[in-house]
Amino acid sequence: MMTMEKIEKHPLFKFLRDNPKATVGIFLIAMILILTLGAPIFTKFEAGFRSDQYRVAPNGEFILGTTQLGRDVWAQTLYGGRTSLMVGVMAGVIAVTLSTIIGITAGYFGGIVDGIITTIINIAMVIPQIPLLLIIAALMGGVSPLLIGILIGFTSWAWGARVLRSQTMSIRNREFIYSAETLGESKFRRLFAEVMPNMLSMMSSAFVGTIVYAIMAQATLEYIGFGDPLSVTWGTMLYNAQNTAALQTGAWWELLGPCLGLIVLGSGLTLINFSIDELSNPKLKAQRIMAGYYKARKAEKTYAEAGAENE
Amino acid sequence: MSKLLEVNNLSVDYITLKGAVRAVDNVSFSIEEEQSMGLAGESGCGKSTIAYSLMRLHRPPALIADGSIKLGGREILKMETDELRKFRWEHISMVFQSAMNCLNPVVKLEKQFFEIYKNHGITNNRSEARTLAEELIQIVGIPKERLNDYPHQFSGGMRQRVVIAMALALKPKLLIMDEPTTALDTVVQREILQRVYELKKDLKFSILFITHDLSLMMEFCDNVSIMYAGKLVEQAPSRTILKNPQHPYSYGLKNSFPSLHGEIEYMEGIPGSPLNMSNIPEGCRFQDRCFRAQDICFKVVPPRNHRGNDFYDCHNPMGTLTGSKN
Amino acid sequence: MDKKPIFSVKNVVMDFEISGKNLFSKKRTLRALNDVSFDLYPGESLAVVGESGCGKSTLCRIAMRFYKPTKGQMLYHDECCHSFRGYALKNYKQKVQMIFQDPFSSLNPLHSIYYHLKRPLQLYHKHKSAELKKKMDESLEMVGLVPAEEQGRKYPHQLSGGQKQRAFLARIMAIGADVIFADEPTSMLDVSIRLGVLNLMNKLKKEMGKSFLYITHDIATARYFADRIIVLYSGHMVEWGDVDEVIKHPVHPYTKLLISAAPDPERETLAKLEVADDVEKEVTMWTPESRGCPFQNRCPVAESRCRETFPEAVEVKKNQFVRCIHAESI
Repeated sequence: MMTMEKIEKHPLFKFLRDNPKATVGIFLIAMILILTLGAPIFTKFEAGFRSDQYRVAPNGEFILGTTQLGRDVWAQTLYGGRTSLMVGVMAGVIAVTLSTIIGITAGYFGGIVDGIITTIINIAMVIPQIPLLLIIAALMGGVSPLLIGILIGFTSWAWGARVLRSQTMSIRNREFIYSAETLGESKFRRLFAEVMPNMLSMMSSAFVGTIVYAIMAQATLEYIGFGDPLSVTWGTMLYNAQNTAALQTGAWWELLGPCLGLIVLGSGLTLINFSIDELSNPKLKAQRIMAGYYKARKAEKTYAEAGAENE
Repeated sequence: MSKLLEVNNLSVDYITLKGAVRAVDNVSFSIEEEQSMGLAGESGCGKSTIAYSLMRLHRPPALIADGSIKLGGREILKMETDELRKFRWEHISMVFQSAMNCLNPVVKLEKQFFEIYKNHGITNNRSEARTLAEELIQIVGIPKERLNDYPHQFSGGMRQRVVIAMALALKPKLLIMDEPTTALDTVVQREILQRVYELKKDLKFSILFITHDLSLMMEFCDNVSIMYAGKLVEQAPSRTILKNPQHPYSYGLKNSFPSLHGEIEYMEGIPGSPLNMSNIPEGCRFQDRCFRAQDICFKVVPPRNHRGNDFYDCHNPMGTLTGSKN
Repeated sequence: MDKKPIFSVKNVVMDFEISGKNLFSKKRTLRALNDVSFDLYPGESLAVVGESGCGKSTLCRIAMRFYKPTKGQMLYHDECCHSFRGYALKNYKQKVQMIFQDPFSSLNPLHSIYYHLKRPLQLYHKHKSAELKKKMDESLEMVGLVPAEEQGRKYPHQLSGGQKQRAFLARIMAIGADVIFADEPTSMLDVSIRLGVLNLMNKLKKEMGKSFLYITHDIATARYFADRIIVLYSGHMVEWGDVDEVIKHPVHPYTKLLISAAPDPERETLAKLEVADDVEKEVTMWTPESRGCPFQNRCPVAESRCRETFPEAVEVKKNQFVRCIHAESI
């Protein structure tokens, strides 16, 4: 029987209670995942369904109203979310794989290898990504979400590579790596068993950050019109809303769906990122420590701390 | 000699996620005028916390929970911000650990001295300040032309001297030195410390010398206070701690420094590791590492035994080692 | 000594190119070690004492093959360590190991202590898994990390500084090293723990016949732990011999300076530091072009001869050598 005490002692519960950022973040993302992946449960309409009620405000049948073309905004948000998520994750995976391989190789091997790779990273960083994506999209005459995902993945690895490279370099110089070398461990073993595990927090942070970026970049591209207007994603929803002058005619609900989706997903992921930082460096739990500090100060019968000027 | 610094029942807490950890527990000691007191202890025992608290430089999450600190009769813990700012450096100043890194790297030395004089209302005149600074820097043995240089143009030892000169700029009554020479080589360390002690005689100030190097402290300090896990466990003149320490920790600490004379004998140091401050046991804090621990040590906090101006907190002290009277 | 030395350093010279103050000035050559020679015998500990910048860490790094000496050789069992390949190299890496100064970064924070011991046993000795556990527990008990089961499962951050150094020593013992270069192994530890680690090293030396090269700036612990001592100044060996003789009867002015500078609680009056009164009180940099005695700038008894002639080693007593012009007259 799961009594209250048992629940309170469970390590998962403790983790969630001690890390409020992670808890909220996970909750938000879980909500999005459940709603989008379980879309058929939450709406009886399909994404492409067209009713005969055009631009109707939210009511009992259409929870978030309908668009100019009679499509149900709620259903579109849910189904469209699937695509946005998928694209984001795919782009994230591609970008992180690239930045990990490139960054760690440069940082670990050093010398000429590092020199060449750093030059490549610098070039990649200097090229502005959104205009590059626009050019490619224009050349291809509009691109599907899948293609957008791949493109974003291949153009946003540079910053992560840079960060991972410097982190690798700092770890490489620590004595336990020398110790592994004098022990006689092979180069690969040192890389995978000694260096990489110390970088996992940074890599996961880069992964989550890239997903956020990818989802936003995709929405941006589609919003400006470089996506595939026939597909249903949050970006194309915004594009269509814009093109049919939704705001000007007062149809705020057409924008509400995709915007809320982007905000909730983005915030959830960012909160998880903060939480990863706090886990790897507990001193960052500064807010909670300071809250405790102020409480203790009020309770004490003592002295005005030199305090005000020092804080 | 009258008492210059009186610390009574000082307690300092650190607020952590798990609540308050008391890093300094009910510590009382005093320093007289023109006297040097050494504060010895290992990492985590609270000595640096005390040093920072004396000048109220401690930062959150450190919190002074209780006690009184009086310098020349004035209560430091009750001072207002402005009063405190004036008080610092004029009456009490500090040389920090790795102080050589405390100098502003992009400002010439001359200007850094000028700022001290300006901020304390000594003079607003650049050349007057320069004259004062030249005098000051020469007493620590640095040629006055070097005031035009930047900190990175000096070696570590010389930067440390500069910092000491700065600390003495306003002729304070008490100089706190927190591990001032840990990062320096033995020869440089000795030169600097000997210089400071000559200056102490000339300028007539007191010194609180904080370090873990007990053998160094014995040479330079009149009195020594020994701290363990946040509590002061013994205080006595340095000769007494050397020849006849009462607390087993003082004894063990003294025996952690191999000598340069006499037979080379086997020495133990102190077994075990420093106490984890979030897990303080009942009774004496030194119980796990003490070779003289008895049953009572695990239950009752040891009493303070006074011996004139000195004291030690122990149920089972060492007694007289050599057999001769104290 | 009728035994043969296990490790020998023969006339090692180490030069480093350092860039000048700006892009256009010439590169300068820093001579970190000049004509350093000594023998290390099985079961003995040799202390190398000097201030920062004297080249003691460079010695370690050359022995670990991070650098190749500009001139001279380091020999392990009479063979040049830089010429080892293949199996001989693997053997060298096993037998000659190093302890680092910083206990906090010598162990990988993400692996347990057992892992740190398992890898060397797997790489160098082919043990079956049941035997492996037994061997690891033995190593832990030998260094005083008991109960072995509990300590082995811990991660580095759960151990104190002293325990970390002991764990590292256990690892080196598990590797099977015979010659251990200890680069200031106790300077970052709490004072009450230092002797524990030194006593452990002594035990390994006496009971298992290991040899130690103990690098330190603390002459008192050098006296406690080492059998012989080398005093290094600016990359030169200035005095060397039996540790007690050198410390009780120092001949070289620098050795005298080091001893009088060392903290000594039993001193009655303040020490008199015998050094020439000059502003640059730091160790001088040596280059291939430098002439004369390395200590000329700080020596209280320096003469004009000292600026021109490089002093040769003179045996002032049995097993005590000095590199000083004035010693020749003794």
